[in-house]
Amino acid sequence: MPGDVKISCRNIWKVFGDDPKGFMTAHNGSPSSEALAAEGYIGAVRDVSFDVHAGEILIIMGLSGSGKSTVIRCITRLNDPTTGEIIFDGRDILAANDQEMIELRRHKMGMVFQNFGLLPHRNVLSNVAFPLEVQGIERGQREARAREMIELVGLGGREEYFPRELSGGQQQRVGIARSLAVEPDVWFLDEPFSALDPLIRAEMQDEFIRLQKLLKKTIVFITHDFEEAIKLADRIGIMKDGRLVQLSTPEEMVLNPADEYVTRFTENAPRGRIVSARAIMERAKGKPKKANGAGVPADAKIGEIAEQVLNSSKPVTVVDENGFALGAISRERMASALFARDGL
Amino acid sequence: MTIAVPASDRKDLARHLLRSDSIVAQLLVVIALTIGLALIWDGAGQWPEAWTIPVKQWLSDLFRWLDKEATLGLFTVKELTRTIAWVLKQPLIWSEFLLWKSARVYKYLPIFWIFFACAVGFVVARRRDMKTAILSSLAILAVVTIDGFPFILESLAKALKTEPWVEPAALVGISQVPGYLLADVLGFREVKYVPWIAVVLGFGIFAHWVGGWRLATVVVLCMGYLAVTGLWRESMKTFSLVVVAVPFSAALGLWLGIWVTRSERAAAIITPMFDLMQATPHLAYLVPVVVMFGAGQVPALIATMIFAMPPMARCTILGIQTVPSDVVESGRMSGCTPRQLLWKVQLPASEKTLLLGLNQVIMQTLAMVVICSLVGAQGLGHKLLFSLQQLKLGFATMQGIAIVLMAVVLDRLTQAYANKASTHVHADEQSYLERHGHLIAFFAVLIISTIAVFYLRDVSILSRKYLWVTSKDALELDKVIKAITFEMIDYIKPVRDFITVYMLIPMRNMYQALPWSLVLAVLAIVSHRMGGCKLTAITVSLLFFVIVTIGNWEFATTTFYFVSTAAVICVLIGVPLGLWSARSERVAKVVMLVCDTLQTFPSFIYLLPAIMLFRVGELAIIFAIIPYATVPAIRFTYLGIKRIPPVTIEAARMNGATAWQRLWKVELPVAIPEIMLGVNQTIMMALAMTAITALIGGQDLGQEIYRALPTSDAGRGVMAGLGIASLGIIADRLINSWAVKRKRELGVG
Ligand SMILES: Nc1ncnc2c1ncn2[C@@H]1O[C@H](COP(=O)(O)OP(=O)(O)O)[C@@H](O)[C@H]1O
Ligand SMILES: [Mg+2]
Repeated sequence: MPGDVKISCRNIWKVFGDDPKGFMTAHNGSPSSEALAAEGYIGAVRDVSFDVHAGEILIIMGLSGSGKSTVIRCITRLNDPTTGEIIFDGRDILAANDQEMIELRRHKMGMVFQNFGLLPHRNVLSNVAFPLEVQGIERGQREARAREMIELVGLGGREEYFPRELSGGQQQRVGIARSLAVEPDVWFLDEPFSALDPLIRAEMQDEFIRLQKLLKKTIVFITHDFEEAIKLADRIGIMKDGRLVQLSTPEEMVLNPADEYVTRFTENAPRGRIVSARAIMERAKGKPKKANGAGVPADAKIGEIAEQVLNSSKPVTVVDENGFALGAISRERMASALFARDGL
Repeated sequence: MTIAVPASDRKDLARHLLRSDSIVAQLLVVIALTIGLALIWDGAGQWPEAWTIPVKQWLSDLFRWLDKEATLGLFTVKELTRTIAWVLKQPLIWSEFLLWKSARVYKYLPIFWIFFACAVGFVVARRRDMKTAILSSLAILAVVTIDGFPFILESLAKALKTEPWVEPAALVGISQVPGYLLADVLGFREVKYVPWIAVVLGFGIFAHWVGGWRLATVVVLCMGYLAVTGLWRESMKTFSLVVVAVPFSAALGLWLGIWVTRSERAAAIITPMFDLMQATPHLAYLVPVVVMFGAGQVPALIATMIFAMPPMARCTILGIQTVPSDVVESGRMSGCTPRQLLWKVQLPASEKTLLLGLNQVIMQTLAMVVICSLVGAQGLGHKLLFSLQQLKLGFATMQGIAIVLMAVVLDRLTQAYANKASTHVHADEQSYLERHGHLIAFFAVLIISTIAVFYLRDVSILSRKYLWVTSKDALELDKVIKAITFEMIDYIKPVRDFITVYMLIPMRNMYQALPWSLVLAVLAIVSHRMGGCKLTAITVSLLFFVIVTIGNWEFATTTFYFVSTAAVICVLIGVPLGLWSARSERVAKVVMLVCDTLQTFPSFIYLLPAIMLFRVGELAIIFAIIPYATVPAIRFTYLGIKRIPPVTIEAARMNGATAWQRLWKVELPVAIPEIMLGVNQTIMMALAMTAITALIGGQDLGQEIYRALPTSDAGRGVMAGLGIASLGIIADRLINSWAVKRKRELGVG
């Protein structure tokens, strides 16, 4: 796991309705689905706990209405959670007053929205400079910084354009540039590419990966698209009806889905790109020995080594980074890992 | 219910009618009871005078007390109103100087410095930021103020004795330099108002900037009309009021709107107040204002500001509430404080709605300024009123056209501006001239014409010999129009008298014979059917309020009579026109253009054709209401039909319905809720108009207001106004709750 804990969420509940706090107390802090429905409350987030580590990309996934947005809206305090605890950089964010929250948003958080949320009356330059402007940074300085960001997202030359003159993909680039202008510690992206056409979406995902290589931010990224999730994620959390059903690496999720619901998400996943050799090899008995001859690295994804394994008559050795043999993959094993699934 | 019923079915029908939940049965019983009651006891027909709650009297006393005795500790109410009047008078003085009065150079110094400070602020804001800009503007003003301190003190002192400005005798200091240069060095002692050519061309240049050559041509022609008909000065008197009232109304409305979106408590108080204000006719605003502030331009300004403010507030609320949540949240995530969020995100993002609000404010302002001629405001309205009273129909026509053209110009300009300002497009490399051409052109026109005034007086205002329509010609025109209408009246009169005697008067008598108890009971039953107990409570208590305070039930029934007769005619005209427009795009284009135009006319104007055709009397009143109040009936019918999902109509087609069947069985039933909302608007507008038609007769609530005006009997006027508003709100609530219910049942909207 990379880095320290950046954000820690403990037992967050967010209930919408007339008197959420009273309702929660009446049900000892954990109302059942029936109680919620009976009294006309909506449990947007229910008892969710997780940590976000510095430098990782944590992806939250789930169907529409499962509470993904509400989770990050709780962390950013756009909505106040009904109960629970959120620690951001070691401090209790729910205890922060309005002024402190504004400071946090100005310096530590950046957010990208599904429908871009650009200010229609400002051009690209002034949109990107906006977070700096509200901080009171002097014009020349903030515009220089904004130009840098616009260059970074590949919109150089469009500074004077207004949002309505840009395509969806370009608008979202502006949104990204704006969220990065303040050099935030944590970057929240709420379905940033969902409103885009598939081709543009793929392009923007690559762009995102490129940016993250440069910037190495801590990222909480929301999507309802599993393909997108595995392409970008270090870890994935799956939400259903306000609950976090499983939080693990993509590989773990594919190999050991927590329940039916997760299985359905992972069913059509490109396993070749997710599962590593280590996960499907037949473990060597005894102490690892130095392998003789060529082997496949244990961290290689099975899609990359499939051809080699399938073309070899003998099981192929799997080696760790020091060249010790950890196990072997036979042709049959590889085939069932790639296609049959139940063989594992 | 006069149906021939076969004997065998009679029992069934009777049983059906006697079922306690049958509305017909309830109505029949109630009507019989109340008529019976009214026959036995007069008090059930006419509310007994002795039981009338003298709210009118109380209100009048209250206003008198406020005016004469009330104090607020340190100062009296009278002093407060004086102060308000004085404050409002200052910008008015300047706008009058600019537009139609001449003044000595020194009087212009304050406005010169304010402009200068604004200009500097503008440049600084462009180059640096807002804060520095405001600071530098304020700094300039401060320096000038302190520098001209004796001058300001003196003017204040004089002002308290109502003489606002004095000429600073021998003052030195930089603030006086421009005046000194102009007056004492160059010899321009007097500054004339802005020459008409500059105003007309200025409007034209602005029109070109916002809407291109076509709009510019229209605007220049319209404004030119004002100049060449010799109505320039009157027009500018009207315009100088508009210019001052609009910023105040807009700012007030904006502020109230913001407040409502911020605080639920404010919303709970202010929103119903706006409903009441919008249902209260123009005239009712005038009475208390006259009592508190007297007659003249300033009271007109105050009444106008109050009257024209609600649309701005409504648009502000609507605008702020409809900013996409993404945009607001991105603002919050950018670290905006609540204030920054409001001023940098929410308000600019709702620019278009706000500008449309401004458009409405301007139109309402113009309408009200014209009506304010009744309380002695000068300008076009005053002239028109005078001509109408003298039956100088030719003059009245010219003046009426002038008002209409002014309305059209203001409307088209603000709409075009709203469109332009809210469509942000980046400017590709434009030359300096392209970007600032309009501004430069305007200043060039201003300077050239100002200088030209010294050589040619007609640049400033056209002298008689250049007027295309000199007064003499106008007299001719007057004669011609009079002759025509006199000619016509020979034919019209018998028709008018026939309709009046055989149709209108019997109908009026019938209305006037309605016992209040009957109306109240029927209203209760109908409201209960349409919207349950809550609605009933609202409507019944409103009507009861009218009954017990108005003192004369006949005023209310006469108002019913005018409004319902006019509304029926409006619906009979408007609905078919709407249907026709929905069928043909070509018709729709023409009809909607006419509707748009009719809607921009100040309501006062509608008296003109009515008087021309019918002189005074009930037919004239109804005739004046119709064009004003038909527009919503047309518009909502058109929209109602257009909004029917195409599948519904396709399905009817596939089922083999003929065009008529389609209309009767499919389109009308689905569109009827929408059409009813149009009818609702029609009724509200008819009510508003009845107050204005008081000028040409009638024995209704509007007349009450009108009569209260010269006597300054505030209570009488206000209560009659509130009476009209109450009737309007009753109709509004009833129809709305029905339409909403029906829409829900149909699953539309
Ligand atoms: N302001 C709100 N008031 C009431 N219900 C809300 C509000 N915001 C979200 N919800 C409800 O909470 C649930 C989760 O919403 P959201 O977090 O937006 O889902 P997602 O982002 O996963 O699509 C939904 O059922 C939604 O209707
Ligand atoms: Mg969402």
